Order: sequence, then C-alpha cells, then structure tokens
Amino acid sequence: MDCIELVELITDYLEGTLPHHDRERFNAHLSECPYCVIYVDQMRATLGALGAIPAESISDAAKQTLLHAFREWKRG
Amino acid sequence: MVVNREIDEGSLIARLHDGDESAFVVLVDRYHHAMIRVARGFVRDEATAEDVVQESWLGVLNGLAAFEGRSSLKSWIFAIVINRAKTRATREGRSTPFSSLVSLETSGREAAVAPDRFLDATAKWPGHWAQPPVAGGDDPEARLLRSETMAQLRRIVDDLPPAQRTVITLRDIAGQDAESICNALGVSETNMRVLLHRARSKVRGRLERYLADTEEAARS
Ligand SMILES: [Zn+2]
Repeated sequence: MDCIELVELITDYLEGTLPHHDRERFNAHLSECPYCVIYVDQMRATLGALGAIPAESISDAAKQTLLHAFREWKRG
Repeated sequence: MVVNREIDEGSLIARLHDGDESAFVVLVDRYHHAMIRVARGFVRDEATAEDVVQESWLGVLNGLAAFEGRSSLKSWIFAIVINRAKTRATREGRSTPFSSLVSLETSGREAAVAPDRFLDATAKWPGHWAQPPVAGGDDPEARLLRSETMAQLRRIVDDLPPAQRTVITLRDIAGQDAESICNALGVSETNMRVLLHRARSKVRGRLERYLADTEEAARS
C-alpha cells in the first residue's frame, strides 16, 4: 500500500468495514510511514472535534413556540 | 453540552411522559440545530428547514406514546425529521430529490487529498507523500476545541455539498450508527460511506488549511 491509497481507505478503516486483508496492509503501511500515522491522527482528531461541536443555542422565538407546543401537548 | 454525548434516554422518556418541560428542553437544546442541518439537505432554504424541524418536534411529542424504543430515541427523532423533510420537498416539487443529490455527490472520482501532495510516477517512491501532513504543536486537541476552531468547523460543515453534509451531521456530529442512517435516508451502505468519506476528507483538509493559516498569522 502507498500513501495515496491509504488516504482513500481511511473511512472504511475507521468505520471497521475494511476487509481483513486490506486492514492488514493498512496497518503494515502505518507501521513504516510516520506521515500516514499523522494523517490518521488528524482524521481521528477531526472526528473528535465534530463530535464535540457544542449544541448551538436556539432562538428565543423558536424556543417559545416549542414550549408553547409542549404545554398544549401536555394538556392533551 | 455537545450533540452526541450519550444521554440516559430511558429516564428522559419517562420524564417526557410525565410532562416534564425541562426534559423537553434538554432534547431541543441538544438536537434542534443538527436537525435543521439535516433537513436542509432536502428542502430549498433555511426557513423551510426550520419550519420542518418545528413540525417534527410536534411529531415527536405526538408519537411519543407509541414510541417503543426499538431504535434509540435519537435515531427515531432524526428519522422523523428526514421523513418530514422528504415529504415537504416532494410537496414543494424541489428540483433535486435527495436520491439525485446522492448520485451526483458519489459520482466520478474525487481525491481525498490533492494528488499533487504525492510523489509522481517518476519518483523513487511514487504515491508517497511529497507534502506530508504536519503534526500539530504541543496540544493539538486543545487547539481544535477552541471556540474559534469550533465555529470554523461548523462553517466548513455548512459549506459541504448537501448530501455529504447530511451524512456527516448524522454520523459524526449526532453520533448515529451507520445502519440507522442508511435506513432513514434510504441510501445503500456503499453510497453512505462514499458520502461520509468525501465529507470527512474535505473537513480534515479544510481544517488543516485553516489551522496552518491561523498559525502563520499568529507568527507574523
Ligand atoms: Zn504513508
């Protein structure tokens, strides 16, 4: 495996859907290529950051409408 | 509070059944914007997406009594949004249905990293890095979690092609499993992964450029 192939297989690798043989080739490449190790680390960090995106605050107007709906729903 | 931290859904559902408003607020604060991002992949504009999401919350409340917990509450809520957004898009006669976006955004070849960053066939090590990625400084994690970086990350996601944005929002921001995403969107696993791969590769690349630029600006 070379680096240009590795960057295309990374999603299957991280999602656990890479076939066994390719997974071994992927790991073998990582064991001798420090640059691709950085690449994989960056991708993992990116996914970590995406998962850490703070929930954005919702506008007061939208929230009031929803709370109103909730109270209506509660009343049945 | 982040969108995909696991919450105790069981107790939340019980509190909702009891009419506990604060439980509803927890859900709204957590998922509302991710829901708008997802709806945005189907309908023509932001205002319509917001409208669809408002309507979806009513659907959530009205469906709660019948919710059997066969999927997670989160997957169920996003499935409702996707359904309503699809219905709305059909009613509006939106020119590009989601399935066309999927074909469009999975077609052709798209390199995860610009090909000129790799050595060409004349080099001793063709296909290996010519301009490798650079490891982040002392504390790359802390840098990523800074609020400016988070804001930039959100812009990067918003700028993705719509089907890619929908998939990365569901998978990586909202933390849903691949299977529920495929079911809710009606896309094959293969196409879902192509969309995810293209989205993630773009986000990593744009984040890399943003961090390099801000570093340079800080030094000069
Ligand atoms: Zn490599």
